[in-house]
Amino acid sequence: MFSKGTKRKFSDGGEEISDESLLGARVASSYSLQRQSLLDMSLIKLQLCHMLVEPNLCRSVLIANTVRQIQEEMTHDGSWHMVTEAFCSAGQSPSERLVATEVLCRSREQDAEPKLFSVISYEGCREEEVVADETLCSVSVSDTVSNVCLAGRMGQCWEKSELSGVERDEEALEDSRLGSGEDEEIDTEDGASTESPKTIGQVFGTFEIKNGSPGPDSALEELFSDVDTSYYDLDTMLTGMQSAPKMGPYDLLDSLAPSHSSPSIVSTPNCRSDLNELDHIMEIIVGS
Amino acid sequence: NKSTVKKPNEVFDYPFLPDIISTVEFNCSGELLATGDKGGRVVIFQREQESKNRLLSRGEYNVYSTFQSHEPEFDYLKSLEIEEKINKIRWLPQQNAAHFLLSANDKTIKLWKISERDKRAEGYNLKDEDGRLRDQFRITTLRVPVLMPMDLMVEASPRRIFANAHTYHINSISVNSDYETYLSADDLRINLWHLEITDRSFNIVDIKPANMEELTEVITAAECHPHQCNAFVYSSSKGTIRLCDMRAAALCDRHSKFFEEPEDPSSRSFFSEIISSISDVKFSHSGRYMMTRDYLSVKVWDLNMENRPVETYQVHEYLRSKLCSLYENDCIFDKFECCWNGSDSAIMTGSYNNFFRMFDRNTRRDITLEASRENSKPRAMLKPRKVCTGGKRKKDEISVDSLDFNKKILHTAWHPKENVIAVAATNNLYIFQDKIN
Repeated sequence: MFSKGTKRKFSDGGEEISDESLLGARVASSYSLQRQSLLDMSLIKLQLCHMLVEPNLCRSVLIANTVRQIQEEMTHDGSWHMVTEAFCSAGQSPSERLVATEVLCRSREQDAEPKLFSVISYEGCREEEVVADETLCSVSVSDTVSNVCLAGRMGQCWEKSELSGVERDEEALEDSRLGSGEDEEIDTEDGASTESPKTIGQVFGTFEIKNGSPGPDSALEELFSDVDTSYYDLDTMLTGMQSAPKMGPYDLLDSLAPSHSSPSIVSTPNCRSDLNELDHIMEIIVGS
Repeated sequence: NKSTVKKPNEVFDYPFLPDIISTVEFNCSGELLATGDKGGRVVIFQREQESKNRLLSRGEYNVYSTFQSHEPEFDYLKSLEIEEKINKIRWLPQQNAAHFLLSANDKTIKLWKISERDKRAEGYNLKDEDGRLRDQFRITTLRVPVLMPMDLMVEASPRRIFANAHTYHINSISVNSDYETYLSADDLRINLWHLEITDRSFNIVDIKPANMEELTEVITAAECHPHQCNAFVYSSSKGTIRLCDMRAAALCDRHSKFFEEPEDPSSRSFFSEIISSISDVKFSHSGRYMMTRDYLSVKVWDLNMENRPVETYQVHEYLRSKLCSLYENDCIFDKFECCWNGSDSAIMTGSYNNFFRMFDRNTRRDITLEASRENSKPRAMLKPRKVCTGGKRKKDEISVDSLDFNKKILHTAWHPKENVIAVAATNNLYIFQDKIN
């Protein structure tokens, strides 16, 4: 469940409180509480989804816009600052704080839109969980998962159903807020491998016709492009794992290829284990 | 002017539909009524011929044909199910003895031909009556097969399948007035098809941002203009409507007209955008107006005036104070449809608690009725309902808190010529009509 254990301060807490302003403060507090409750509810709504059926895009967009509105207002109020401080006050390391705030805050200076979080995990990522393009996120909650990266990619919310990995991450976030600071579950940029999403996209982005120039991994791309992943999906389903959405045949019609040259910097997914995944995938393909 | 909003006083209740009805549509003459359901089935009702007996009313609707239009599919690449639920049915104008309709689920549109067979050929040369091939040596004479009458059989056969053109969920289909093309709209794109060609469609609107992170608005409904085959409209989740002219460009990303009502700053809340999202858009039969349905109201727009609607009707304003709860239980995302009557003098839309509302545009009178078996016996008059919004509840009124939000009427249809309406209440289809006096 979403923890509401954050302390709240009035934004002008230093002033003397008169009766009138006390009443005003109470009203404001009530409004803040309601607003926070609405925010919590919205975030939960975005997480929960039907596992097998694609979520309703219109609904997701409307909820996300609502969250954005709340965030903007809270930012103007200064109460956003309070929320993020509350994260910090839970005794996390700076890098964890960075990721945690990334969850709910804007992650790019130039971008005015705060991003929502979605979860990407590459640990133990199998071949079927390819990221077809950078706007798709690949999520797997494997038994060996230990690295869960929070990336503020709104796009990923749209292109896939949010999976239980997100819920897990929610718990992780909660835990970290309470100060347990599980380094394992919240991955940070510090420990991330230096592989760029561009490489990820190219390595795994095999199913979409791209306009961008092929990178050094284009050979791998071609290699992967013929792989039939349905077997692995079945395997995944049988073992109770979640698998990422793939580019369907319909997506080939989509000629708007997202450019790889503008990855969102702060929201770079954890690519640390890509090489391991690659080996793993090669093993499967080669059938050794 | 005589009010066209009369209380319907005949009820035909068809409770035997096994699944939740997801779309209802009369054909162009009103003789046929098609329903699609969550299980991918289409049930077509046909009106009986007018009875010679003057005591009886106009004909009842009886089941004419039932067929499975769409099956559930599984997208192996995305590991996602594709629901078989029929989102929309649209009839083609009738051009010969057969009837044609388009039915769409989230991803695929199918053209179905519904034809009657009441004759059978008998007396084949090469095969027996039971179909077995005859021994060639036993054929000594030639005869011409003769058509013999048989029991009426209604067959539905898929004539075209329009697939693989929508990445996102199809929300609308609309047949063009040229009777050759139709459009299909999903959350981000609108495609134009030719009815004869299934392997190709033209993308005429694409609002997908290059970076999906920037997505803040989706297409919610689209419709072709009833007379101008070059014009169509599409509505968005931000409460805007765009009218596009296909002659202007191949890709109609730039609208010809943009309809949006300025927001009332005094009623702004976190839910403002959600309740402004348009769930349905319908041109009037005249082609001069269009109607949009958002969560709390129905608006009639003059196509010549973009900055505000000419008429606004409150459907269930008493829900405005309950928006937070409705957000919590997801009801705020319910997509209600709306429809015009044949003369464009009245409009109808659904609400909760199996209520539906009709508004007379001339007299500005409105009425709330309930589609429920408990409250209406067949051929009985419908009683108007009222929701009590506060204060003392009068007798026969229902308080807002006792409304059943699971009983929602999302789909309604009005006969193109007569005062006959079809109302889908979950699994049940109600047909109401005026009795001839």
